[in-house]
Amino acid sequence: MVSKTRGSYVPWSQERAVAIVERHRTEPGALMPILHELQDVFGHIEPRAVDVVAAELNLSKADVYGVVTFYKDFRAEPPGRSTVHVCRGEACQSMGGERLARHARERLGVDFGGTTSDGAVTLEQVFCLGNCALSPAVMIDGRLKGRVDEAGFDNLVTALKTEAP
Amino acid sequence: MEPVVVFVPLDAAARSVGSDDVANAIVRESVARQRDVRLVRNGSRGMFWLEPLVEVSTPEGRVAYGPVQAEEVGELLDAGMLEAAPHRLCLGRTEEIPHLRSQTRFTFSRVGVNDPLSMADYEATGGLSGLRRVLEMSPQEIVSTVTDSGLRGRGGAGFPTGIKWQTVLDMDSDLKFIACNADEGDSGTFADRMLMEGDPFLVVEGMAIAGLAVGANEGYIYIRSEYPDAVATMAAAIDIANLNGWIGPSVLGTDHSFNLHLRVGAGSYICGEETAMLESLEGRRGVIRAKPPLPAIAGLFGKPTVVNNVLTLATVPPIFANGAESFRELGVGRSRGTQVFQLAGNIRNGGIVETAFGVTLGELVEDYGGGTLSGRPVRAVQVGGPLGAYLPTSRFGLPMDYEAFSAAGAMVGHGGIVVFDDTVDMSRQARFAMEFCAEESCGKCTPCRVGAVRGVEVIDRIIAGDNREANLALLADLCDTMADGSLCAMGGLTPLPVRSALAHFPEDFERAGVVLL
Repeated sequence: MVSKTRGSYVPWSQERAVAIVERHRTEPGALMPILHELQDVFGHIEPRAVDVVAAELNLSKADVYGVVTFYKDFRAEPPGRSTVHVCRGEACQSMGGERLARHARERLGVDFGGTTSDGAVTLEQVFCLGNCALSPAVMIDGRLKGRVDEAGFDNLVTALKTEAP
Repeated sequence: MEPVVVFVPLDAAARSVGSDDVANAIVRESVARQRDVRLVRNGSRGMFWLEPLVEVSTPEGRVAYGPVQAEEVGELLDAGMLEAAPHRLCLGRTEEIPHLRSQTRFTFSRVGVNDPLSMADYEATGGLSGLRRVLEMSPQEIVSTVTDSGLRGRGGAGFPTGIKWQTVLDMDSDLKFIACNADEGDSGTFADRMLMEGDPFLVVEGMAIAGLAVGANEGYIYIRSEYPDAVATMAAAIDIANLNGWIGPSVLGTDHSFNLHLRVGAGSYICGEETAMLESLEGRRGVIRAKPPLPAIAGLFGKPTVVNNVLTLATVPPIFANGAESFRELGVGRSRGTQVFQLAGNIRNGGIVETAFGVTLGELVEDYGGGTLSGRPVRAVQVGGPLGAYLPTSRFGLPMDYEAFSAAGAMVGHGGIVVFDDTVDMSRQARFAMEFCAEESCGKCTPCRVGAVRGVEVIDRIIAGDNREANLALLADLCDTMADGSLCAMGGLTPLPVRSALAHFPEDFERAGVVLL
């Protein structure tokens, strides 16, 4: 899940990555907070980030890689400037959520997990956003939206695409 | 003249339908009219069809308007909203709205009422009185009070909280933990989110009490990443509680310490399973653990750990503030107290209904919920999340009671109810249950990891009318294998929605095939 506002990621920096590990090193079970912060700062967790974490925490690369790949939030590739999550949970299904999920893929021309060719939007599926009394729900860059029909989705996406990157 | 106090929810669901725009419009339009307004961003009252719900404070209590759109704010102000004047959007006194008035808000007493991060509001409405009372009690007295209250885990399993706490109390260990499970991943549930956003100090207080009860000085709250607003509010509440000595090295000035840490999940449903959550907290893949040992014996970092859901811990402070009897006298059978039911999906009046156990499914869906939003007949409801049973309206007489639901082949779970109208295809819902399990399985048990994938394939063949009888028998066998051969509820309960869909809606598994033939 993207908790940051769009377009605020920094380029890779070994020093920065080490500093992030350093800040959390003494916390019990520090790996998850470290991975979250690496992704918050750099936008994704690339192989050299895995190398740094493994070396600094004295873990095997396989251990770190295994954790990174287990959790859907952690990405190996940079996301688009905005990330749109479409809920596919049962509550949203009862209100046409599957129709919306299909529409979202057609409208953006990408499957779930994909990023539009102009780099504007990454589309993701999610199973429940906790907005089940206002279904169907989507989340755009960490902001929840309720009662989103196809036209509403188009308006939200158009607003994203027309904003300057 | 005193400013008029106006409340506009900051709850994520209220924001999702425009409450921020309404709040901004109220500030802008009241300034334009030279009116002195104090805006409070409260939690949500949980009547989501009325959101954004604006409340105006009057000497006679708060008066509600809703649902309000930003462009209607100017008109409302001109019509005298700040004087609580009548208007087509005026709902009268908030407390008198029938949907709210008939509820028993035991756990949710402050949600939607207070500014969630106001310490003064919290204490003025009975906050900390539970913790203060507990500080005068022995650990055994605290645990016994929880046992006497009849409180059972609100996360879904319904295990008696006092017994869990007793196990941890009885363990001899220098280090024990309280782990709050705020990984509310089930579709149809949002009560944990609302509580964390609307009354976060209550979670902090509940965890501190649990720590004092069992002798744990360290607490972790694990919140799913899909809830950024709840993460932000809980983080702020923990900071405030630390800075003011409610928790930390000296709990309310005593020599008890309680250090509370917030952790954020990363998009894994299975981390709502308690042992997978512990693995995740320890920095590993969210793969579940075999039990025994129970987390109460060997939990986080191998130490005795109380793992409780948000609502369970949040129900503890009012039990101490009001007495165990005040909770125990509510409810039916072995289901004591209130449950925060969540009405979701295709429902006219969706949201929170906190009321005593024993209310029937039909009363919740039809009376509180008002039937479907689409206006079509209700066909099925799923109770207890993606691993809960689908029930037809002929079961609407069932009382919300752990044992009654279990006897009916269903589960109350966390009290989330998702409503479907008559356009639903139950064979698709059964297929989705398997698809979801395949997507979210941690992979440890073969019946779950592989069985869910095979389940999707078998249901596809049934839907296609391909050798139906043999495939139905295969599906029944597969469900047995998953239910009996999985270590946790993910694989173990996925058969519940599948079997219940088959049992109650067999016609949906025949229809498609007939068309194909």
